[in-house]
Amino acid sequence: MSDAIFTRLRALLGTSGVDRDANGVARASPDSSDALSLVCRLAHEESWKIRVEGRGTWLPPDAPADLAVSTRALEQIVSVSPADLVATVQAGASLEALRRRLADYGMWLAIDPPGRPDRSIGSVVATATAGPLRHGYGPVRDHVLGCTVATGDGRLVSAGGRVVKNVAGYDLTKLQVGGFGGFGIIADVHLRLRALPRADVTLLARGARDALTSTARELMSAHLLPSALELLSPALAAEADWVLAARFVGTDAAVQSDVRRLGSVSEQHWQPLPADRTAAFWSVAARGSLGGPITLRLGVLGDGIDEAIDLLSHDLDEGLVSAGAGLGMIRWTGDAPLEQLRALRRAAAAREIPMTLERAPWPVRRAIGHFGAYREGVGQIVGRLRDTFDPGQCLSVALEGVDNA
Amino acid sequence: MNSSLLDALGRIVGPQWVRHRRAELATYAMDGLPTHESIPGVVVMPGSPSEVREIVRLLHLIQVPFVARGAGTGLSGGALAESDAVLITLTRMNRILRVDRIQRRAVVQPGVVNARLSEAVAPLGLQYVPDPSSQAACTVGGNVAENAGGPHCLKYGVTTNHIVSLEVVLPDGSVLRLGSDQGEPWGPDLVGLFVGSEGMFGIATEITVRLEQIPESVRTMLADFTTVRAASEAVSAIIAAGIVPAALEMMDKACVAAVEASIYAAGYPTDAAAVLLVELDGQTDAVGAEALTVKHILLECGAREVRSASTAVDRARLWQGRKKAFGAMGRIAPDLAVQDAVVPRSALPDIMDQIEAIRRHHDLTISNVFHAGDGNLHPNISFDRRDPAVVARVQLACREIMAACVAAGGSITGEHGVGSDKLDYMPWIFDAQTLGAMRAVRRVFDPAERANPGKVFPVHACREWHAVKSARQ
Repeated sequence: MSDAIFTRLRALLGTSGVDRDANGVARASPDSSDALSLVCRLAHEESWKIRVEGRGTWLPPDAPADLAVSTRALEQIVSVSPADLVATVQAGASLEALRRRLADYGMWLAIDPPGRPDRSIGSVVATATAGPLRHGYGPVRDHVLGCTVATGDGRLVSAGGRVVKNVAGYDLTKLQVGGFGGFGIIADVHLRLRALPRADVTLLARGARDALTSTARELMSAHLLPSALELLSPALAAEADWVLAARFVGTDAAVQSDVRRLGSVSEQHWQPLPADRTAAFWSVAARGSLGGPITLRLGVLGDGIDEAIDLLSHDLDEGLVSAGAGLGMIRWTGDAPLEQLRALRRAAAAREIPMTLERAPWPVRRAIGHFGAYREGVGQIVGRLRDTFDPGQCLSVALEGVDNA
Repeated sequence: MNSSLLDALGRIVGPQWVRHRRAELATYAMDGLPTHESIPGVVVMPGSPSEVREIVRLLHLIQVPFVARGAGTGLSGGALAESDAVLITLTRMNRILRVDRIQRRAVVQPGVVNARLSEAVAPLGLQYVPDPSSQAACTVGGNVAENAGGPHCLKYGVTTNHIVSLEVVLPDGSVLRLGSDQGEPWGPDLVGLFVGSEGMFGIATEITVRLEQIPESVRTMLADFTTVRAASEAVSAIIAAGIVPAALEMMDKACVAAVEASIYAAGYPTDAAAVLLVELDGQTDAVGAEALTVKHILLECGAREVRSASTAVDRARLWQGRKKAFGAMGRIAPDLAVQDAVVPRSALPDIMDQIEAIRRHHDLTISNVFHAGDGNLHPNISFDRRDPAVVARVQLACREIMAACVAAGGSITGEHGVGSDKLDYMPWIFDAQTLGAMRAVRRVFDPAERANPGKVFPVHACREWHAVKSARQ
């Protein structure tokens, strides 16, 4: 079977567009949205299962499938419009390449996702993995103005547009952001940019976890405007204590004003990071999420951080934790048997806390799903949406998991 | 509408909350856009979520279409119902159910008036940021349906960025809770999908919104320019300097003239080609420093004068002309077609020239007041709808303006929605496949297409997406 698929794909994409992955599965790397659409249409007609991979740096490429579709060859930064603060980027472009290109124009994408700097933008959008900057700049959805996706049966759908304000038609982009590829394969995205900040200062406080979360609450009720206020576990920060990192980004005046006031609002000793170490600090924190095979996030409110971390410690372990100490959201990375992950999800659901599996080996994803069980009635809607965007069920994505089937 | 339906509706809400006489129905024949008109079959006014559910279940049972409506301030003919449909007006459901100061959340019913929510949470130091010009009358439910914007969305985002959770009644009467208080979607982002669906997926009966802290300091600046181009360049220069103003609004000469001739006169210079309102907010010393930079940029770009206000009273005076511009235009002619389109910001000067050329060609009065920072235009055409020849010219001009905006890489609506007004323009920006996808998504929520039928996409332009029998679930 695999040889036949390999041959058919090569007939479609040419020799350079198809190779085999480590397990010998045919892997198509289309270099245009049209080619991506053709691959999906062929798979749909032949009832082949597709495993989607970006640059292979976030989700392990292990979902069972007849062929893999990689966005590796879709790596063009199609356009950057500094005057409009908009860029159009193919899904396989690496964040690092995008960051460098934008910096040439004095532009910036205010997303700092977990993982390696060469993650593909498509992966970040499909998994909605925002980082600490979510505090000041919002979740991934706030940065995506539109996208083109190939559906599981090879239709190309272009949602949204290249302008910052747009309510024409339904907001289909929202379904793709954080849809884990269950509603199609993202070919390109239109991103909202910002001017490269004039000032970017990070200060660290160290100490016991509850003291730092209480500090974070104080900062939230003062008129301080951090861009990130992230609590890092000792293991993640590679320090003896918990670390609260406050990052201030913006004009010189705004950042200086925040930094001056920080000292007066809180009792903590704040140590400013030297400018040349700031990027490295946040990069290490982001890479920390690759320190174990499983990464999950819990949607908690700011004042629920302590309780949710206790829950994690109880059901799993303290592990590598990165938590938005101001507005909430906790990311945990580590390893745990299925039974413990199930227990955590049950305990979280009982507290009305959504738990999303961001990254895990296929057996874990298959068992418990990225989302697990939905609220009453929602599962039918999600199922019908998936049927709409992938009528042949070609996309090998475990949104719900067999536990919840 | 047959009397048994009226009776059944009356049993659900009480007969006093059912309107069916022609004179009563005429009140609901239009929204804020005077170019579209349609008399609904009957109007029903539920007072609670359970009444909404019962009404929708009843209509599902007898397969009657319905349209949900808030205050009727929409500007796209989106909340109009045909004579075979039931108009469900949600303005009685106007309670603020809960406010959480610490978590900065409020739970409201759909009929809560936008401005009332901000007033209610102001004593806690909080505000609900999306502020459409109609905020004194429009409802949060309507804002959700249309994904409404407003001047302060430049910095803070539009409605969709402020809604974390919804309780919705689907067209078959089932009830879903979407999203979570935390703002983390519980599964795929169905809240994001629902917001802006123009009442075609169901009715939101409970809305949880994100509140923001009221900034410590706010500074409003007014600059006047001798050319629209210079004012547009100032907008780009401010943003390129890394400053994100809370609002960045422009008014052209015709708009200023209308304002200054009205009771809302704000002292804007009537000889200026364009007036720019810039609002900065944040910490006091940061705002002070950024204001100096902005003033410098404005003068560099050719501003003749820059006025600045920090106190609430002085700021309100500078804003008055902008906020009341639409009212002021009411003096010019009996009717006003408020248009809405978006262009990439860099295209602003050229598009303004094109709008002026279109105005001249059709011999119309157009005043421009718009969200310059977002490239979101509002060319407003003053006219008298009793003159059919004028109406035809207005429609032609609107069409040409839309075409120019689309050609510049923009969109046909930035915050008013498609409604019935812009159906024809949808194929200009979306291909048949994408329109087909929208229709297929609508059918996921509403298989019989009974919720707000005939809006958003022209059915004939959609490529058919066949429904499949699901092996899932």
